Amino acid sequence: MGVNERKKRVLIAKPGLDGHDRGAKFIARALRDGGFEVIYTGIRRTPEEIAAAAVQEDVAAIGLSSLSGGHNRLFPAVIEALAKINGSDIQVLGGGVIPTEDIPALKEAGIREIFTPGTPIEIIIQSFQEACDLHYRHRSA
Amino acid sequence: MVEISPLIKAITNRDSRAIARAITFVEDGDRQADLILTGLDPVLIEKATVIGITGPPGAGKSTLTDKLISQYRNQNERIGVIAIDPSSPISGGAILGDRIRMMKHALDNDVVMRSMATRGRLGGLCGAAGATARIMAGSGCSTIIIETVGVGQSEMDIIRLADITALVVAPGLGDDIQAMKAGLLEVADLLVVNKADCPGAEALAMDMETVAREKPPLADNLARVCLTVATEGRGIKELSEALARIDYLQRQGDEHVRRRQQARTMEVLDWSLEMLRPGLQDLINRHDVLETGDPRLLAAEIIKELMNH
Ligand SMILES: Nc1nc2c(ncn2[C@@H]2O[C@H](COP(=O)(O)OP(=O)(O)O)[C@@H](O)[C@H]2O)c(=O)[nH]1
Ligand SMILES: [Mg+2]
Repeated sequence: MGVNERKKRVLIAKPGLDGHDRGAKFIARALRDGGFEVIYTGIRRTPEEIAAAAVQEDVAAIGLSSLSGGHNRLFPAVIEALAKINGSDIQVLGGGVIPTEDIPALKEAGIREIFTPGTPIEIIIQSFQEACDLHYRHRSA
Repeated sequence: MVEISPLIKAITNRDSRAIARAITFVEDGDRQADLILTGLDPVLIEKATVIGITGPPGAGKSTLTDKLISQYRNQNERIGVIAIDPSSPISGGAILGDRIRMMKHALDNDVVMRSMATRGRLGGLCGAAGATARIMAGSGCSTIIIETVGVGQSEMDIIRLADITALVVAPGLGDDIQAMKAGLLEVADLLVVNKADCPGAEALAMDMETVAREKPPLADNLARVCLTVATEGRGIKELSEALARIDYLQRQGDEHVRRRQQARTMEVLDWSLEMLRPGLQDLINRHDVLETGDPRLLAAEIIKELMNH
């Protein structure tokens, strides 16, 4: 490591068409308060835009938020978009209104963690921390 | 450990992953940055123009930057953007949201964008931004925009990095503008009154004209105040033409060289302080007489000790 302590950089994005991002902003603020640098990209992003922004910003992890039910298609689409631009080492986490029965398939597709409205914020932060640690370990290996 | 020379090659080949990784080395103060920075093409760095866009929060800097990107892309230029926002002094974290306004360029490989937090460093920020601009230039960006919130001292320093500085103001921000008039208006080459669609813009523009006239112009009939409606893209072409004209004039005379030299001096000082910091911190931590005596005298003692190492 260099002179400074390594900063944890993450990107919070909201794919899909539903218009409000209170949940995403709440997570973004909690992560900032936990010492993360959070790149926030706003609502209605395509998986390709999210992946490209994550690579440019050199983040360790992406947090996706979905309320509209598009998660089964959109979350894996972000994983695929990352793979296409050589960004598969970026960890992807997701949250929102997600039925329990959808979770195994999402994890199978490569989403590291899924958060639901009941997940305590401390657990969410902890998960981002672990995702970042894993990513940075690989990076310096 | 990443191998450096392929990384430099990948930067030259405009690989966005490599560019991003190099910027991270610079930001984290990683020694691998040294080799990358040495390997960049100095001709590209000299040719690129660094534009500082500053002003109070909400003035429309990001929206304006978004429209300037489109303008430069229409001229087939490759462009870099460094968007700087403050870190929280308490947690050290930050929310970097300038990208929201520029997402339509996300899939354009010739728009290199990087969000940067101030990280509360006294030195270092200006060094990190300067080195990032050089990496972008080395990857072929002919224009690099640095967006900062124009309030604090560190932002002022960043602006001194730029070849040209545009100060963005807007009606309805009131006291903010009064507060920053003193320093920023002096360094700004161009005053942009954005939100010209809002009431009070005319009066603000007249105010700015008065301020602008106090500064000797680079040339006669050079626009000093631009009116824009960033949300609608109005006045953007005129703004980019004014910036190009200033750049041209500065490069014709010796102003461009003078500013680059000044930026270099400042950046060297900035990096020096940044590199000294850990050693100093270490010495201070190991010093066992710190409980007593005046802090200023202790500092002098510690510096003396550092010099003797
Ligand atoms: N009416 C009007 N609103 C604008 C204009 N330019 C930007 N805005 C709005 O002002 C707000 C702040 O813009 P932003 O670009 O984020 O400002 P920044 O904080 O200076 O980067 C956003 O809601 C923009 O849509 C303009 O020319 N006219
Ligand atoms: Mg902004």
